[in-house]
Amino acid sequence: MSDMDEMDDGSGIVKKFMFLNRKAPHGTVYALEGLEVVLITAAFDQDVSMVFTDDGVYQLMKGIDSKGIEVKDFSKTYRALEGYDIEKLYVDQKSMDARGLTEEDLIVDVTVLSVDEMANLMAEQDVVISF
Amino acid sequence: MQFGILINEGPYTHQASDSAFLFARTAIEKGHTVPRVFFYHDGVNNSNRLATPPQDDRNVSARWSKLAAEHGVDLVVCVAAAQRRGITDDVLAPGFRISGLGQLVEMGIQYDRLVTFGD
Repeated sequence: MSDMDEMDDGSGIVKKFMFLNRKAPHGTVYALEGLEVVLITAAFDQDVSMVFTDDGVYQLMKGIDSKGIEVKDFSKTYRALEGYDIEKLYVDQKSMDARGLTEEDLIVDVTVLSVDEMANLMAEQDVVISF
Repeated sequence: MQFGILINEGPYTHQASDSAFLFARTAIEKGHTVPRVFFYHDGVNNSNRLATPPQDDRNVSARWSKLAAEHGVDLVVCVAAAQRRGITDDVLAPGFRISGLGQLVEMGIQYDRLVTFGD
């Protein structure tokens, strides 16, 4: 994806884009195809945040092995996000608690937010895209 | 107001494309503009001109084509998602074109609102 660095819509406008990841990494294609949009948005030099909520928190879980279901394992991509200047990663506390997960279970550094904090963060965004 | 629309589900199984169509048509009727609709995930299947639903049912791709012809709506199908699902230029209904995800990001940057229809 080396050509992505060149992208620009010519307007010079920088908006706050939030990507809301709600689905488990496998079972549906949303997480995988959603990541593609995140990377392209970063290539347009936009202000990107990623939120993981509901089953979306499973996308960041350590030890994912998709060999048994014969689909591509893309979980390493989350570790590479830093290289695309995507550093604002948030997870929903309630979703983590409901699934017995803690930050220790995740492959990247995240900020854990309460429902109220999440609502405030969403309210600050220009664009929210939910996958 | 300028509305960009993102459709993430295919026709008939999900209501997403129908709801998006009704939203777009109503927005235009009310004096807003819908310069572009972007089709992603299974949403790319909305562009398939080979679909032949029963006579007494709506034709999803055909009514998008009609809206595009009448109001200049740019119907963009994601190339990567289309290739996965066998959607090529050969099967595109009138008014649809295949392009990259950058077209989706541009909607978010340039328009007043980006509205998602999906699961």
